[in-house]
Amino acid sequence: MLVLPLIVVFVFSFGARGPAGGYAPGFSLENFMNLGARWAAFKNTMVLAPVGTLACAVIAYPLAYFLALRVSAKRRTLLLILVIVPFWTSILIRSYAWIFILGGKGIPALIAWMGFGSIQLINTPFAVLVGIVYGYLPLMVFPIYVSLEQLDKRLLEASADLGCPPGRTFLSVTLPLSMPGVATGSMLVFILLMGEFLIPAMLGGGKVFFVGNALVDLFLQSRNWAFGSAVAVALVLIMLVTVTAYMRATRRWAGGRADVSLM
Amino acid sequence: MKSNPTEADLPIAELRKASKHFGGVVAADDLDLTIRRGEFLSFLGPSGCGKTTALRMLAGFETPSHGDVLLDGKRVNDLPPHRRPVNMVFQHYALFPHLTVADNIAYGLRQLRPKLPAADIAKAVDHTLETVRLPGFGKRRIWEMSGGQQQRVALARAIINQPKLLLLDEPMAALDKKLRRDMQIELQSLQRSLGITFVLVTHDQEEALSMSDRICIMRSGRIVQVGSPRDLYDRPKNRYVADFVGKSNFFSGTVDSVSSTTCRISTATGQMFSGISTQSLTAGQAATASLRPEQISLTRQSGHGVKVRIVALIFLGEHTEYLVRHDTLGDFLVLVPRQSEASEGRFDLGADAYATWADGAALILADD
Repeated sequence: MLVLPLIVVFVFSFGARGPAGGYAPGFSLENFMNLGARWAAFKNTMVLAPVGTLACAVIAYPLAYFLALRVSAKRRTLLLILVIVPFWTSILIRSYAWIFILGGKGIPALIAWMGFGSIQLINTPFAVLVGIVYGYLPLMVFPIYVSLEQLDKRLLEASADLGCPPGRTFLSVTLPLSMPGVATGSMLVFILLMGEFLIPAMLGGGKVFFVGNALVDLFLQSRNWAFGSAVAVALVLIMLVTVTAYMRATRRWAGGRADVSLM
Repeated sequence: MKSNPTEADLPIAELRKASKHFGGVVAADDLDLTIRRGEFLSFLGPSGCGKTTALRMLAGFETPSHGDVLLDGKRVNDLPPHRRPVNMVFQHYALFPHLTVADNIAYGLRQLRPKLPAADIAKAVDHTLETVRLPGFGKRRIWEMSGGQQQRVALARAIINQPKLLLLDEPMAALDKKLRRDMQIELQSLQRSLGITFVLVTHDQEEALSMSDRICIMRSGRIVQVGSPRDLYDRPKNRYVADFVGKSNFFSGTVDSVSSTTCRISTATGQMFSGISTQSLTAGQAATASLRPEQISLTRQSGHGVKVRIVALIFLGEHTEYLVRHDTLGDFLVLVPRQSEASEGRFDLGADAYATWADGAALILADD
């Protein structure tokens, strides 16, 4: 049941476009040869997904650290709920809010009013990145929060006891021991970002589009299922390679530690 | 001839009227304690008595709400833990799981500025591993070590820094009994050979008695009595101390008469006990007579002591411990050495016997 759709897509990718769209049986590598036509989509995805993941991690870590180690237990619950609240409304609606904020009457207007000239925010890679960080931040915050929350606080005392000042304790104890959380969160966000299409469509305005947008276009607009399937298969392959490489790297970094498990 | 006090006479650490409040809870109340250079001192008391708070004030994890903490004659109230020349062996060791055994042990030396040469650190680690009898274990991971081995690593990680005070927070709580016994002996000999002042926190009286030069007995945030194990055993200040240090039988009553040498009390049913008292008592005051099980003997000959019945017995090898029951005094323990069994024979369960003790053998204790 789980792999059946994948098999269908795989078979389709070697076929051709039907006369009235859809799929016509066949066997050729033509679809794969044509992948270059969607190069921009692949390039955008391959750049913005890792950059977005990194941006999420960089912003989520201090937030998770603050929640797990600096906030009293009472206020912690409230703040954790606040992190989830955005999930209660659809990303579609929230993206519209961002369209307004980043659009002509939002921040650019404010900047122009302050006399810094006019800048374009909406429909740029930056706008997509903002949307990505906004949308995926909670997914990154929670795994990091959990790993920091589970960190044995006595280890921090032990480090201090052995003469290590707080800043260095963070680098030599807290950070390495919370890396599993960062790794899990990054994996989660990265995989989802590779298939993202809504945020680029809304905030990229057709100028910054992902492979996901290309797929929507191919399947729903031009109804070229065969070529669409080839694009999808290519995306799956890219993901397979990058995720495997990533897991290898983190496993090597962990050095066979028993306290680190990745998926 | 009067000599100037040398460094060796100065106490290594002191608590002066040190108190710690957590919200409305007083965890440590007015602690006054002098820790002597090179001694093995134990804080002994039930959980929640303030012994861990006292230790944490010495380590710098807690700042006293009132009073002072002194290290080597200097007030260190505001000195953070990472700047105190003090190291701790934590209750569950708190070893760094992401580091090897060697890296755990080297952790303290690596914090020194200017940095020590790596070769010197490696040498010190190897030497310390040998001291704690774990030679060649440096490359191991923490989780590959058994509980007893982890404890040695925790010990090594602390002593490599040659601290002025080594603080041990219930270090043996997680070990099984046999291992604990071995570790107690080892810790004691290690303390002698290193010459480091050890401060141990424990709720195990046997542990405190067997290892310490002095014991500080605590209750509800206060120090009850400080003394050598022998002092505390022979001259407990009150019933609480007598109960905590060794086994004892208690008989409560009221003070009949007090003389310069002995004090006499009688129980509600008219049984008399006499002996020395460790606090000044007045006639009519409630008090408790304490008799150690080994101070009582059993005989078959009637007319001696009080008539009792054997209700339980535990064979301990050199001794046999009898739980006996008296009509009005209730149950109490008697420890009979093997050689007296030779003359009196063994007492069977349910048999009658007479329990005797020397007049004046009891300790008369205030209840508080």
